[in-house]
Amino acid sequence: MTIIDETAESPGPQETGRPLLEVRDLHVEFSTRDGVAKAVNGVNYSVAAGETLAVLGESGSGKSVTAQAIMGILDMPPGRIPKGEIFFRGQDMLKMSGEERRKIRGNRIAMIFQDALSSLNPVLSVGYQLGEMFRVHQGMSKKDAKAKSIELMDRVKIPAAAARVNDYPHQFSGGMRQRIMIAMALALEPDLIIADEPTTALDVTVQAQVMDLLAELQREYHMGLILITHDLGVVADVADKIAVMYAGRIVETAPVHELYKRPAHPYTKGLLDSIPRLDQKGQELYAIKGLPPNLTRIPSGCAFNPRCPQAQDVCRTDIPLLFPVTERDGGELVGRGSACHFWKETIHG
Amino acid sequence: MGRYVARRLLQMIPVFIGSTLIIFCMMYALPGDPVRAMMGDQAYDPSVVASIKKDLGLDQPLLQQYVHYMTGLLHGDFGTQIASQRPISDVIADAFPVTIRLTVFAFTFVTLVGIGLGVIAGLRPDTLRDRGLLTLTLVLVSMPSFVLGFLLQYLLAFKWSVTTPTVTDSTNFSQLALPAIVLGSLSLAYVARLTRTSIAENLRSDYMRTAIAKGLPRRRVIGVHLLRNSLIPVVTFLGIELGSLMTGAIVTEGIFNVRGIGVEIYEALTRREGATVVGIASLMVLIYLAASLIVDLLYAVLDPRIRYA
Amino acid sequence: MPDKTIAAKVDALPGDTASTAGVVVTDSGPAPEKARSLWSDAWHDLRRNPLFLVSAVLIVFLLVMAIWPGLFTGTSPTHADLAKHYLGKPNWGHVFAGDWLGYDVQGRSIYARVVYGARASITVGVGVTVAVTVIGTIIGMVAGYFGGWTDTLLSRVTDIFLGIPFLLGALVILNSFDDRTVWVVIMALAFLGWTQIARVARGAVITIKQSDYVVAAKALGASTSRIMFRHILPNAVAPIIVVATIALGGYIAAEATLSFLGVGLGDSAVSWGGDVARGREQLRIAPHTLIIPSVMVSITVLSFLMFGDAVRNALDPKLR
Repeated sequence: MTIIDETAESPGPQETGRPLLEVRDLHVEFSTRDGVAKAVNGVNYSVAAGETLAVLGESGSGKSVTAQAIMGILDMPPGRIPKGEIFFRGQDMLKMSGEERRKIRGNRIAMIFQDALSSLNPVLSVGYQLGEMFRVHQGMSKKDAKAKSIELMDRVKIPAAAARVNDYPHQFSGGMRQRIMIAMALALEPDLIIADEPTTALDVTVQAQVMDLLAELQREYHMGLILITHDLGVVADVADKIAVMYAGRIVETAPVHELYKRPAHPYTKGLLDSIPRLDQKGQELYAIKGLPPNLTRIPSGCAFNPRCPQAQDVCRTDIPLLFPVTERDGGELVGRGSACHFWKETIHG
Repeated sequence: MGRYVARRLLQMIPVFIGSTLIIFCMMYALPGDPVRAMMGDQAYDPSVVASIKKDLGLDQPLLQQYVHYMTGLLHGDFGTQIASQRPISDVIADAFPVTIRLTVFAFTFVTLVGIGLGVIAGLRPDTLRDRGLLTLTLVLVSMPSFVLGFLLQYLLAFKWSVTTPTVTDSTNFSQLALPAIVLGSLSLAYVARLTRTSIAENLRSDYMRTAIAKGLPRRRVIGVHLLRNSLIPVVTFLGIELGSLMTGAIVTEGIFNVRGIGVEIYEALTRREGATVVGIASLMVLIYLAASLIVDLLYAVLDPRIRYA
Repeated sequence: MPDKTIAAKVDALPGDTASTAGVVVTDSGPAPEKARSLWSDAWHDLRRNPLFLVSAVLIVFLLVMAIWPGLFTGTSPTHADLAKHYLGKPNWGHVFAGDWLGYDVQGRSIYARVVYGARASITVGVGVTVAVTVIGTIIGMVAGYFGGWTDTLLSRVTDIFLGIPFLLGALVILNSFDDRTVWVVIMALAFLGWTQIARVARGAVITIKQSDYVVAAKALGASTSRIMFRHILPNAVAPIIVVATIALGGYIAAEATLSFLGVGLGDSAVSWGGDVARGREQLRIAPHTLIIPSVMVSITVLSFLMFGDAVRNALDPKLR
């Protein structure tokens, strides 16, 4: 249990054995012109210190909205949390006051956004924006904060940090900007980092560098990491476990390599089949037919049923729970679950 | 930066010459005659008129008159008023400070109240108070300043006697308040709307989300991140407005009888005294050009993404 | 002929069989296609916008008043009955009767003057807007399309006209004319006012010029005039219309302000601004002689502003 040494250095009501973050039955709704959009419909997941959870899904699957709910940065209206709990080190953050949550944000839970250019304030220097973390959360002086900012920029391997601390975001390259985002998230050595598509906006060559840096720093600081992505390729090397989301629900959970080898949900299977592979040169690429559902009118039963090649009548009426997935002989498969009525057929063929 | 300023200053020269030349031509080439206007309805001797014109240089070709006039202007010689025989520079020196006081007062009012209202509305877009403010600004924009001027003069001065109907002492700021508000009302409406739009737009931006995710207190999120970005277009707009406030003073000064350049230029116009009109107009063009240069430079200072080479 | 029907079908299917569609597109022009959907979307939005409906009704009302003032009152605006002069206060009970809004200093029916005054304001407003739009669009399009020294020259000319204070310039011009007809006022305001549209048009053209379909049309050898009128103009029209509608309100206000300053329409003309100027002398004793025409000016300007605002919101895809 890796959690034990974490408990030693962080006082507070955290009990041993409980994960760092635990999301329970979370629901999020948005009021839109066309009605209520149900973006998240009962999500459960947990992350331990030092662990990486990858949340996989198409846009509109609710993966980012869940993260925003954890951060407490949903626009409140139009976003609502009608139901659910988010435990951080044993305390339900949804029951905290605004001020208590603010002190956790950026400090204990930090977030890295997709597009660093638009996510950094264009008219403030990066040094200022980094230093703000220390000044606000630790009451540091301007001068000390600047020194710390340079240190941080060094830490994320930005060349000539001291010379560039007063530069503005647009003066950096895409990869360097994303490093600055990472530095900002890392500033106060948080317990948990949520990275929302951290490499999507970057060139392929830079993607790997940024991802490696993130993984390295996570190991070093022993942080929990939630990696939100739609890219199966990014996940494989970094994550410990994966949660696949579809229409606001988790449809499959699995340790990372198990998922690639033996998917237990038709949606995951479809995603894996639609990755281009060198050994299938010349064949037509598989694509999941249809479009993701409109969140104001989610299909009854399993939300995936209109697009599912295996759908039966029961799929159109009953919402499948996240069934524990076992071996053919009933042997336990740790951490595996599938929200498919026909998971057995899917995994065991 | 210095290079840019130099280039802009050079570019301003043809624009200044062009604008003043057009005003000069409009004043002198179009029908209407200052000497006849001076004589009013009384019978006159054409030869007398001709000799006065010759003295004033009004019989020369237009372009020559313009060159002659501008040469004088560059030496600080604005010419002499025909009716009063006073040097025009004296007239301007008397009237200009009055207009400056009025304009600065109006400008301060526009800046404080306009930005304040815009921020209040923009922070909660599409709420009742936002719609209320938008409606109020629309009503303000749709009232030409003479309408608003008379309305307020009637209500505040005649009906409720809160203030004096006309300004007798232009250094008395309580007397100047009403004209300043009337003068500024149109700009105020624009500034409020612009601020509101800018705030509402930036509120949805990604960097605002980042600022909140960093756990910054609301005061800091709004005061540093939101305002710093949202006010850039407002500041540049305000710079340009300074010029139009000065022209707007023609109407406002007339209503409230403030003896500034607005009244001077209006009276000179009715007497068809070109030298006074063109002199004051040239000053206004110069102020406008200077203001737009300052605004451009300010823009570069406020927004690091803008760089002039 | 059969080719054309197939082509039409292909065109109707978005994103299908690119090669055939490509040929069709250059012929029928993608620009009107795009414009049509923009306009129909905008119309869909506008029909549900109460501000638009209210302002549209008001504008129609004002237009009717300007064209057929006789429909609203049988009283002549110039018929003076000194016995009634300005002490004849408004009689709110007699809606639409001659004495409804009282009498001015010379005993003329204010109601009749207000009705007949609409024509001057609306004519000047519409006239200046049309003139300014035509001049501004041509200059802006030429500058934006040809670029280079043409652009430099035209932009500098635009700067020069921008440097002239609008109100002051109009005062100077109109003051020179003893007989100020509607046309003189329109020409004076248009002479000074075209710069705004020119700038908008130039900006729009420069953006559109770089778009893929214009580059494609050029590559296919379309003539300059064809590119200008079939591809660029239809797409530049939306921002120009928005600026023009909003400016219309401003020109009506400008006309009234100039009349108020005594250099608007001649004294014999019936105009709101002129009536406000004349009512000024009686502000203390008979404020209605000033307030009623003032309110008419404001309502008219407000109607056009609201209309322009609603059109802008509907046409600006960013706000959707």
